[in-house]
Amino acid sequence: MTAAWTADQTIVKCTDVRKSYGTFEVLKGITFSVRKGEVICIIGPSGSGKSTLIRCINALVPITSGTIHVEGIDVTDPRLDKLALRRKVGMVFQQYNLFPHKTALENVMMAPIHVLRQERKAVEERSRALLAKVRLAGKEDSYPGELSGGQQQRVAIARSLAMRPDVMLFDEVTAALDPETVKEVLVTIRELAEEGMTCMLVADHIYFTDHGIIVEHGPPATFFTEARDERTQRFLSQVL
Amino acid sequence: MPVLLPFRPQPQPRSLRPGAACCAFLCVSLLLIVSTASAQGGKAALPVMQIIEKWAPLLLTGFGFNILISALAMLLGTIAGLGLGLGLLSELSVVRRGSWVVTQVFRNAPWLVLLFFVMFLVPFQVTLFGLRIPFPDWIKATVGFALPVMANVAEVVRGAVRSVPSTQWEAAESLAFTRHQIMWRIILPQCIKRMLPPWMNIYCIVAMSTVLASIVGVSEMLTLTAQVHAAEGGRPELFAPLYGFALLCFFLYCYPINLWTAHLERRFQIG
Repeated sequence: MTAAWTADQTIVKCTDVRKSYGTFEVLKGITFSVRKGEVICIIGPSGSGKSTLIRCINALVPITSGTIHVEGIDVTDPRLDKLALRRKVGMVFQQYNLFPHKTALENVMMAPIHVLRQERKAVEERSRALLAKVRLAGKEDSYPGELSGGQQQRVAIARSLAMRPDVMLFDEVTAALDPETVKEVLVTIRELAEEGMTCMLVADHIYFTDHGIIVEHGPPATFFTEARDERTQRFLSQVL
Repeated sequence: MPVLLPFRPQPQPRSLRPGAACCAFLCVSLLLIVSTASAQGGKAALPVMQIIEKWAPLLLTGFGFNILISALAMLLGTIAGLGLGLGLLSELSVVRRGSWVVTQVFRNAPWLVLLFFVMFLVPFQVTLFGLRIPFPDWIKATVGFALPVMANVAEVVRGAVRSVPSTQWEAAESLAFTRHQIMWRIILPQCIKRMLPPWMNIYCIVAMSTVLASIVGVSEMLTLTAQVHAAEGGRPELFAPLYGFALLCFFLYCYPINLWTAHLERRFQIG
């Protein structure tokens, strides 16, 4: 799942990012950068600030101090054009957050038509292709309430991709799914990564896959130290 | 105290549902009208039923006027209330506070007082660019009813918008929708279902309140009923049947709306 480590330009750059809610400091000086085409995964127990961090990147959450740059846009600039930033950054949520009054296809089409003001016919064509890409051909006219969790989450991914973002943020996208449907969402994300999409994932659960099956999964605290499966152990011994 | 216990809605037995109550009430009121009529009908005067029949076209015209006033007041009040409700949700604290004051003033004022204010403060005509626009009494009354409707609709809008999960805002924001687009394209369309039952409730109250306009001289049903009563010599035995007829008209109009509202509420609760 590792993408090519080409010395490309940095897409996301965080420097000493701090975020406090009242007196409680959630982020205490985070510094990292993500290059184009990279896939990074932020793991840690719940309440450790992972979701806050990822939400800072598209300015859903304002930070207290430090700087964040996304493709040269200064996210902390008080005159920040949030809309310009969010056109570059796609986000997928734990609870899918599809618009319940719109069909799957309309969910995907809405933003390109109303935000990017693209031509309806072209958008529809592309949206159908996107839904097919996430293996939801035939579900175009279904409402979110009629779809399973995994299907809704793939619509949400397609909805985000329709904006042609440069970075995709995934905020615990499999946490609300049952293990059976986790795979179909992970496969979609992996395909995206293989196509060179820059991805940032937040998870409090690790799934180790090999040859198309989930070999083992568990919280990060035990995954690295108590892996039971032989394939997982072999993989960990190579990367750690 | 048992009244303080948490409310647990219990399914009503079918037989006690409003359908049966409705029929019972109608029968009783009809009986009342007929019995007072036969008991008190004088020898020389026309029987009561014939009097009602004679005047029914006029009285129903008046009732049509009540419906017209209520519908227009609702239309005006809904448009203004939507604006005021969005003001209550504004990001600008000045707009928010101003809207709050307006809402509270008009929600907590007696309707009749508001009606009097509009009747006596608004001129009977306005001259704009040499064009004379008359404001007949019934238009003024409509505006008077639209004011409390506006304030109540504003509260309904605010409550409905607030009830949409904040995650919908997050998702829309991260797709680069503007606040305005999020409100009109994503949040409000989801609210219509939630707003419909309380909105219909407000309508029923407005429809029934339009008889207040009789106090300020608009010739709606109650005014006409009083005139008919006087024209028939003001016989005391005609009092109950004539006003009973007015009551029946309002009941037959508002009750189905209430039934439908209750039906929608039940459906949306499940859905």
